[in-house]
Amino acid sequence: MLDDKDRIFTNLYGYQDWGLKGAQARGDWDDTAALMARGQDAIIDEIKASGLRGRGGAGFPTGMKWSFMPKEPKPGKPNFLVINADESEPGSCKDREIIRHDPHKLIEGALIAGFAMRARAGYIYIRGEFIREAETLEAAVAQAYDAGLLGKNAAKSGYDFDLFVHRGAGAYICGEETAMLNSLEGKKGFPRLKPPFPAGAGLYGCPTTVNNVESIAVVPTILRRGAAWFAGIGRPKNEGTKLFQISGHVNKPCVVEEAMSIPFRELIDRHAGGIRGGWDNLLAVIPGGSSVPLVPAAEIIDAPMDFDALRDLKSGLGTAAVIVMDKSTDVVKAIARISYFYKHESCGQCTPCREGTGWMWRVMERLVEGNADVEEIDMLWDVTKQVEGHTICALGDAAAWPIQGLIRHFRPELERRIRENRGRTLEAAE
Amino acid sequence: MPKVKVDGVEIEVPQGATVLQACELAGKEIPRFCYHERLTIAGNCRMCLVEVKPGPPKPQASCALPAADNQEIFTNTQVVKKAREGVMEFLLINHPLDCPICDQGGECDLQDQAVAYGRGHSRFHENKRAVTEKYMGPVVKTIMTRCIQCTRCVRFAEEVAGVEEIGMINRGENAEITSYLEGAVTSELSGNVVDLCPVGALVSKPYSFEARPWELRKVPGIDVMDAVGTNIRIDHRFREVMRVLPRINDDVNEEWAHDKTRHAVDGLVRNRLDRPWVRREGRLQPASWQEAFAAIADRLRGAAGDEVAALAGDLQDVEGIYALKGLLNGFGSTLHEARVDGATYDVSHPRAYRFNSTIASIEEAPAVLLVGTNPRWEAPLVNTRLRKVVKAGGRIFRIGSPVDLTYPVTELGADLSVLADLPQEVRDAFDGKENAAVIVGMGALQLPGAYPAARAAAAALGATFNLLHTAASRVGALDLGFSTDGGVEAIRARAGSLKALFLLGVDEIDTSAFADTFTIYIGTHGDRGVRHADVILPAAAYTEKHGTYVNLEGRVQRSEFAVHPPGEAREDWTIVRALSDVLGTPLPFDDLGQLRTAMAAEVPHLGALGLAEFGALPALKGKAPKAKGAIVYPIEDFYLTNPIARSSPTLQRCSAEILHGRTFQEAAE
Repeated sequence: MLDDKDRIFTNLYGYQDWGLKGAQARGDWDDTAALMARGQDAIIDEIKASGLRGRGGAGFPTGMKWSFMPKEPKPGKPNFLVINADESEPGSCKDREIIRHDPHKLIEGALIAGFAMRARAGYIYIRGEFIREAETLEAAVAQAYDAGLLGKNAAKSGYDFDLFVHRGAGAYICGEETAMLNSLEGKKGFPRLKPPFPAGAGLYGCPTTVNNVESIAVVPTILRRGAAWFAGIGRPKNEGTKLFQISGHVNKPCVVEEAMSIPFRELIDRHAGGIRGGWDNLLAVIPGGSSVPLVPAAEIIDAPMDFDALRDLKSGLGTAAVIVMDKSTDVVKAIARISYFYKHESCGQCTPCREGTGWMWRVMERLVEGNADVEEIDMLWDVTKQVEGHTICALGDAAAWPIQGLIRHFRPELERRIRENRGRTLEAAE
Repeated sequence: MPKVKVDGVEIEVPQGATVLQACELAGKEIPRFCYHERLTIAGNCRMCLVEVKPGPPKPQASCALPAADNQEIFTNTQVVKKAREGVMEFLLINHPLDCPICDQGGECDLQDQAVAYGRGHSRFHENKRAVTEKYMGPVVKTIMTRCIQCTRCVRFAEEVAGVEEIGMINRGENAEITSYLEGAVTSELSGNVVDLCPVGALVSKPYSFEARPWELRKVPGIDVMDAVGTNIRIDHRFREVMRVLPRINDDVNEEWAHDKTRHAVDGLVRNRLDRPWVRREGRLQPASWQEAFAAIADRLRGAAGDEVAALAGDLQDVEGIYALKGLLNGFGSTLHEARVDGATYDVSHPRAYRFNSTIASIEEAPAVLLVGTNPRWEAPLVNTRLRKVVKAGGRIFRIGSPVDLTYPVTELGADLSVLADLPQEVRDAFDGKENAAVIVGMGALQLPGAYPAARAAAAALGATFNLLHTAASRVGALDLGFSTDGGVEAIRARAGSLKALFLLGVDEIDTSAFADTFTIYIGTHGDRGVRHADVILPAAAYTEKHGTYVNLEGRVQRSEFAVHPPGEAREDWTIVRALSDVLGTPLPFDDLGQLRTAMAAEVPHLGALGLAEFGALPALKGKAPKAKGAIVYPIEDFYLTNPIARSSPTLQRCSAEILHGRTFQEAAE
């Protein structure tokens, strides 16, 4: 349980002013120049020591990611910071809350992070559907420029840093970091081949780091309160606070900042008013947004909500978008809907994903009705394995995992539907 | 030079090589669809997956992964086999099962690799995707349901052809390849996407449903549509050439061919001269060879040397020209000329009229000055090389009217007078740089004094001097000495005193001056050249004979016989040889071997294939005159530059549609 004094996002619910004055009242932009005066390497070391792992889903250590950037950018090849605000993962809604209620946390973080990785400029790529949020963010950036917090001699630190807000056009795949870079450059949002990684050749061929909104927004507070404070929250290697986004069959869906590794039961009881119909009514949970496999009730109830514990359950923390499903859920149909989403959002560049997502979705639709053979469950499993790990970006994996989770945990349900459907067909034939 | 292990065998690979190239060096076959040596790497088909250590525990796309020191690559493990089977299955689930009616059948990458790397059965029970046909112009037929989205065509159009008119629209499984607004692709290289397409999605429109690849006999040939000497493969069945495809030759055409090369072949069976004709009482009448020869012999009896002249046209092989020259020399005449387009240039040294930079090396030029040439039409495959110059950061300047060459060009005006007074910008770009080039076109050389002025400018810039010829026969003919002082104008001026004029495939000049001259036309088509002819002798076209050609850079290449000429038509040199008997001045050879031996004795470099060495180009003597005048490019219509092309319905349609903007409604399907 996180104490109120340890909360980073103190205006998460928008009860106070989102603007510069409000933010300064909450402690943002408080002598940012002093934070930056510690020096670039000191900032990176502090972030490394805090144990902050990327909040976009993969959980890669943020400080280490920054350290990959060239220490001395070549002339004509400046470093860039790109902030991923293309929050399109079904279930995720944390970046949106940060941007619309606490944008200055993000902007201050962008300046510090950009300074630490020696970036000339930062780009915030915001999801196209976030219309009001983009307006707020653009207004907040304008406020920061007016107050001399961005641009030349940003926040009187002696460092020049520009920040641009770029609005996407509504493609899920543009949330993939290299597709985002292509989209920023004005090209089709196709993920790029890796290597080269963005830290070597990213935006316009220059060294680039792509970070999630939450990863950047927590940076100023970590620096102010110290790495030890942040590292003291949560389990080792899963330190810090995290915005959990609880949706689905709970009594009070919400976005809440909590300590990492909080047990699932505590998270739900304390913040979401419990499961609809009580704990016995819990069927399964998708703990990290639509792209991670679901976890059945028995396994999740007492599990700590963090990267490593959920990985051990063959799922993942992802963006901590907790989708709760009670026993009224048609779990096969739910996963079929997710399959449709990935089929719809596949960019079509590489073969396994382009062809596989459609195939998987069609089989899933038949499994909803039970209109299939039992062997097709194994075939579907095989197809997901043929997609997973064979694609350019992780969308193929994301499309495969929910189905793998379903088959792993709900195979009897799938077989029951097939049996019943066969029974109906036989009856009709007689 | 990184050392890698491929399936346990250690090899050294060049710096910058990919894992796929390393595997090929080690003799391992890696299946691929999207990867192509001459295009950028897309890495999207995922067929080339291999296991690489160190690396993530999943198969890697070998086409895009750089080979690094101490890498271990595995191409035959269970993981790789499964990955290939998986990708193959995905490619096939939405690919139609119409191989029996597909033109690609038998030469299809997807077929071959499905047999080699696929599973052999399908587990896909859903409906297959269908994609509506697209329109890509007169030479490319589309069956887009077959497309596997490898994007080779997209990359070719953008990178090599330089027209950004093909692209992918929509996303996911609805992704489709299409041309911009479904219009014809306005590139003279569009036919190459047919070769690049690994499946039957883009196939040749004129060739559709004509033949199966295993029915065709294939013969190596040389293209005569321009002076580049594109290496081609002539695919023929029975007595008809079905299609022409490029052969790979990195020194000449890489592996491309332009649309005229590919699609002129349907002109080989139309408007052909298949028997001799003799003009009697003002009308051309069919005749036998004996009658035709007799008519010539009657006319030439007792002719003096300066009463017989000959012109050689654009598509001729060296052998025919050599024989004709022998015939004329027998009369004591040297009134023979190959520069029939009226361009005047020095022919005293082989280097004086060659493309001295060579086609392959022009890529390395840091700066190029184009003088009165439109390489996109005069030599499209030289133009693709010039495009590489710009991509590599070189600069191209042009004296001549602005036309789109697919890359940015700095204009210096259309008047030749700027040649004597080049702007500082040009001199700076050329200054002291190796391999810089000046390319002079036939359009400039129509103007008096242009040649010495261009030579002087090249010398002043320290650049290599190049002539860009437009005719396949020209350099070979000039090597044989088939030229005369004063050029074609000198012969035209003597029209009144000529007893006979031989036109060896000359169709591109105004023959009205020779209307009253006794004219013997030796050629393939009933085209412009026969208008004033008194005797017509039918000859074999370039696919119908063994022939030697010298391309614009001076490369000697040989083409082989593919099909028999129609009717009574014969090879040029045999016609001239037979005629020489009738005229009583028999030529000293009876077969092709003897002719070539005699020719090589006279002009040694024509006896050996490839580029000959001629030393440096001697400087021109005297002060260069001031040349001026507006430049007019020699080619008015790219698709209709010779009798074969003009007889080709395909190229007529290309011309009408791509150059003249006529639209053709596809028959309602």
